[in-house]
Amino acid sequence: MTPLVEMRDISIAFGGIKAVDHVSIDLYPGEVVGLLGHNGAGKSTLIKCLSGAYRADAGEIYIDGQKVDIRNTRDARALNIETIYQTLALADNLDAASNLFLGRELVTPSGLLDESRMEAETRRIMARLNPNFRKFADPVMALSGGQRQSVAIARAVYFNARILIMDEPTAALGPQETQMVAELIQELKRQGLGIFLIEHDIHAVMKLCDRAVVMKNGQRVGTVRVDEVTDDDILGMIIMGKKPAQAA
Amino acid sequence: MHMSDLSPAAPPRRNWLQQLEIDLRLLGMIGAFALVCLCFWIVTDGRFLSARNIFNLTIQTVSVAIMATGMVFIIVCRHIDLSVGAILALASAMMGMMQARWLPGIFGLELGHPLIAPLTMVTGLLVGTAIGALNGWLVGYQRIPAFIVTLGGLLIWRYVGWYLTAGQTIAPLDQTFLLFGGAEGTLGVTTSWIVGGLASIAALWVIYGARRRKQSHGFPVRPIWAEGAVMALVVGLIMGFVAILNSYELPQAKLKRIFEARGEVMPEGYTQGYGLPISVLILILVAVAMTVIARRTRFGRYIFATGGNPDAAELSGINTRLLTVKIFALMGFLCGLSAIIAQARLQSHPNDIGTLDELRVIAAAVIGGTALSGGIGTIYGAILGALIMQSLQSGMAMVGADAPLQNIVVGVVLVLAVWIDIQYRRRLGMR
Repeated sequence: MTPLVEMRDISIAFGGIKAVDHVSIDLYPGEVVGLLGHNGAGKSTLIKCLSGAYRADAGEIYIDGQKVDIRNTRDARALNIETIYQTLALADNLDAASNLFLGRELVTPSGLLDESRMEAETRRIMARLNPNFRKFADPVMALSGGQRQSVAIARAVYFNARILIMDEPTAALGPQETQMVAELIQELKRQGLGIFLIEHDIHAVMKLCDRAVVMKNGQRVGTVRVDEVTDDDILGMIIMGKKPAQAA
Repeated sequence: MHMSDLSPAAPPRRNWLQQLEIDLRLLGMIGAFALVCLCFWIVTDGRFLSARNIFNLTIQTVSVAIMATGMVFIIVCRHIDLSVGAILALASAMMGMMQARWLPGIFGLELGHPLIAPLTMVTGLLVGTAIGALNGWLVGYQRIPAFIVTLGGLLIWRYVGWYLTAGQTIAPLDQTFLLFGGAEGTLGVTTSWIVGGLASIAALWVIYGARRRKQSHGFPVRPIWAEGAVMALVVGLIMGFVAILNSYELPQAKLKRIFEARGEVMPEGYTQGYGLPISVLILILVAVAMTVIARRTRFGRYIFATGGNPDAAELSGINTRLLTVKIFALMGFLCGLSAIIAQARLQSHPNDIGTLDELRVIAAAVIGGTALSGGIGTIYGAILGALIMQSLQSGMAMVGADAPLQNIVVGVVLVLAVWIDIQYRRRLGMR
């Protein structure tokens, strides 16, 4: 089977510091791959080359086996790559519908924004993702952490994402909201999306992911199937930077 | 997702004010404006709200109000433009030279040639837009803070204009050009009624269209009585405004001169109302256009998104650098437009034209609720802000307060307005 995403030999440096150093990872449809590592291990930087926020200095990206050139976030979106950033990347002063369609607004034939249609579409997708969501007219700064998260997820899911990047999606959420995100990830996985999950929490990775990639100092320590290793094995990889012997 | 959100979907009962769905901040600003008018009305024995004074007040507000609408976009995008008065001065200098010297002298168009006014105005608009775009390029692409770029511009552009005119006041100006100044160019009673009628129809059509769009998606709409009340209010305001401007009549001496110039004798008891000045009509058109841009176009949406969260805007694929150029170019264009109106009103190009306008324009936008932290601001607010400031100044002048006191009061109002706005937002749980 051709991988949905293949990133080969990616390198990127900032002012002489190698943030990502010859790393290769891949992702298959219906799969969740966790990216683990300390702060500064390079996992966010690596994934930003896929989401279009950064351009790699070297290396290649293949989508469905086709080589692609992702120069900016527009290019990534055109390839159905959607990203949910840790900071959620919402404009706090705008309402849910404006954020959902930001950069991809629906317009009337005369070229003006079609506010009503955007709100109707937002209500439709929110009914699926978070049926209790009511605050369609308020700016998102008036929403709770969980509600904001559901706006960010709705934005990624609405445009038929095939590849979803989630950067610590549950970092700012309570237990119930975390559970909702976990269920959503399972649902999207069943629909055949490929998901990269950047996480600090090893338990979340063990629970949600099929495979885990561990990074340290810009390099890949190793890739493991989560059902073949223990929490401690992964912890060892993160801290020691060594692959466990039995999973080699 | 939230347990607390699991309440049933029944909408809470709303009081009559909420059913009208009128913006509370707009209401607050209108209230403040009404209070200012009421105070001066009492102190001046009614002179402040005479047709004559309302007419003059609107004419005096136009130039600053037009620029304030552009300043809203600049401030919403977390920038500032300190050079608007200087750009206005340079555009005015170019236009003064164009119509009084260059077009007659170099291009050989004799005075009064019909092409002089349009060529002059296009020049002014182009000069403004070009300098604005340059500002935007320096801010957006070269990453120089807008404060520095435009502080430099404040020092540069006025004095470029000074060299152009060799420091002289330029006059007399083209007769057609003078129509844009205010009292010299009004629509007259009949045309003003027609314009008011058309504006009312357009406003009703917009309100009705919005209601139908909401209904087609099954969203809640205002109750019929509230919709009717809003419509009546809007039409009443438009037609009332026209009625006031129509009731201000040309002085008899001036009428006599007009008839004499035509070689006729003025009939006994003849009167003629001014009606809507062309400059005020331009302001209204600018206000409508800028509101549509702010609320119903991608460009406007991106301005507000960038002001709310620049990173989010960038990650959404918005070209925030080009956006900066466009915003400043639009500001420059509006400075050019204001230059036409300000110069025509003064009937000359004096070197100090538009001095301190940058501060008036920023104050108008801020009094009108534009937040310097970015992301928040309205066009109508900025125009009301300009109107409130002009009313304060004009009212105090009528009462006989001297210029230093006028400045003190306007300064106090500026700080007070922002303080009230902050309190209001805190109540709503915003930042």
